[in-house]
Amino acid sequence: MGHADDINSRAARLELPFNRFGYDPYGISRKHIAWGMRAFEPLYRWYFRVKVFGAENVPARGRAMLVGNHSGGVAVDGAMVIAAMFFELEPPRLAQGMVEKFINKFPVASLWASRTGQFTGIPEHAIRLLQDDRLLMVFPEGARGTAKLYKERHSLVGFGTGFLRLALKTRTPIIPFGFVGGGEALPTISNAYSLGKLLGVPYVPITPYGLAIPLPVSMQIHFGAPMVFGGTGDEEDSLVVPWVDEVKAKIASLIQDGLAHRKGLLPAKGQTSRERA
Amino acid sequence: MKILIVGISSAIAKLLAVQLSDEGHEVSGIDRRGWKNAPIEVFDLDIRKRAAEDVFRKMRPHVVVHMGTVTSLMVPGEERYRINLGGTRAVFDHCRTYGVEHCIFVGRHTYYGAAADSPLYHTEDEPPMALSTFPELADLVAADLYAGTALWRFPELATTVLRLCYTLGPSGHGTLGTFLKGGRVPTLLGYDPLFQFMHEEDVASAIRTTVKKRVRGVFNVVGPPPVPLSIIAHEAGRRVLALPEFVYAIALGRFGLPKLPPAALGHIKYPVIADGAAFRVATGYSHKFDEGKAMRDFREAFPPPERGTQR
Repeated sequence: MGHADDINSRAARLELPFNRFGYDPYGISRKHIAWGMRAFEPLYRWYFRVKVFGAENVPARGRAMLVGNHSGGVAVDGAMVIAAMFFELEPPRLAQGMVEKFINKFPVASLWASRTGQFTGIPEHAIRLLQDDRLLMVFPEGARGTAKLYKERHSLVGFGTGFLRLALKTRTPIIPFGFVGGGEALPTISNAYSLGKLLGVPYVPITPYGLAIPLPVSMQIHFGAPMVFGGTGDEEDSLVVPWVDEVKAKIASLIQDGLAHRKGLLPAKGQTSRERA
Repeated sequence: MKILIVGISSAIAKLLAVQLSDEGHEVSGIDRRGWKNAPIEVFDLDIRKRAAEDVFRKMRPHVVVHMGTVTSLMVPGEERYRINLGGTRAVFDHCRTYGVEHCIFVGRHTYYGAAADSPLYHTEDEPPMALSTFPELADLVAADLYAGTALWRFPELATTVLRLCYTLGPSGHGTLGTFLKGGRVPTLLGYDPLFQFMHEEDVASAIRTTVKKRVRGVFNVVGPPPVPLSIIAHEAGRRVLALPEFVYAIALGRFGLPKLPPAALGHIKYPVIADGAAFRVATGYSHKFDEGKAMRDFREAFPPPERGTQR
């Protein structure tokens, strides 16, 4: 079976309520997901050689929130997590990211984000998708995360409490993940905020070679065991912040696992997409 | 029951009147546009005039359905304000004065506005963001909010505010139907928003259900899940003409395109989708016709021009 057939077959196995025209009630299109995955596949399998560890921690069905670290200027990490959920899970799942508001202001980007379920990161979207048993992908660091410089690539900036309150409110398990390689793919030495403002984006990453084009570095995604917290989401910060710190510490530990694996200190238990193929 | 429909000349109101009559209700209508050969009694009047009040006085309706607001942006702003706000005020004043039991205000889901950072699905508790995204709709938003004040100002009057999504069907009535009537549907390059619409028979049925259940409050009324504009155009047998935004803005009012304010483009860039769960729970309503039937019925009534007949 060719890759195109395999992608079509995987798209057909996505457990989303597509109508006769191939759209779900959110406007997500099976055809657009297949096209998007065809574009992502060479990047995922061969350009970034993504290795995935602990994918079995992501539930096959039902609501879940993937929560991880951001880096690499242009959110390549988000795209590769979406690809990992599509190519590594059985049945495949669609990870739905909470994207920055500026994306929807640009033609084409707005269309593709809408058709592939990558909606603007507002609480209304997160709650509705989780209540609909979707797989949400959240980067609590937001644009501050992708803006990390090369030397900060394995660090974590501040997490808000919003994602955890949403998880509590909707009784959703959090699947933490550590992403390694994003910061090396786009080694940012500086961010041009003024230029970004002119272009209508938060910033423009500057690399040593000038262009914001990711380099072909290998990437690893380490998923941890589900973390479940009990509550309503209306708790005081004094109660929620320690839980947020717990998730953050777990993500930091998963990043360290990824780095150790790179240095050969951890056995290669991960199943690469190439090995699957 | 005696039921008075204000704004009887619209296609949906006529459909509703016939259905209510068939159910055995005594139905009358008011509209200054009249209704030739109407099967019910129609008063060719302006709701804001004294003679309209006489209709309330003599008829003493139990239920009033107010469908007499103007949505067309072709109507000058001042006139729209007079009809939409002055007319709505007159309807509620007369309802209170003449002991009407139930008043249904039929509004639009465009109340919620179309914007890049809007939630995809809107619930009734959301503020009217159309005021910032499309200021030219302010009179319709104000009429909706004004109607809602009757819920606390006139507690003896059961008031229902309905926010209807777009309609589509054999009459070609409404914003979406009008937009699709040409051979080519002008869209914005790089955007393909979801459109939420329901078959016009279902709209009439939803209002009939409201009459029957007499629910109080503000409710979104929707039908099947939304579909992208490109699919609607395709199923209607129309060709999509995708224009860059700056070209579209220049072309408005020229080349057969209506002269619309630039903010109108927001509605072909971003979706306005309402969540109809509260209405379904309150009334038990469910739509009968799916999106395919609505699009087919429109296409059969308005076949695509010669070149557009091939799919």
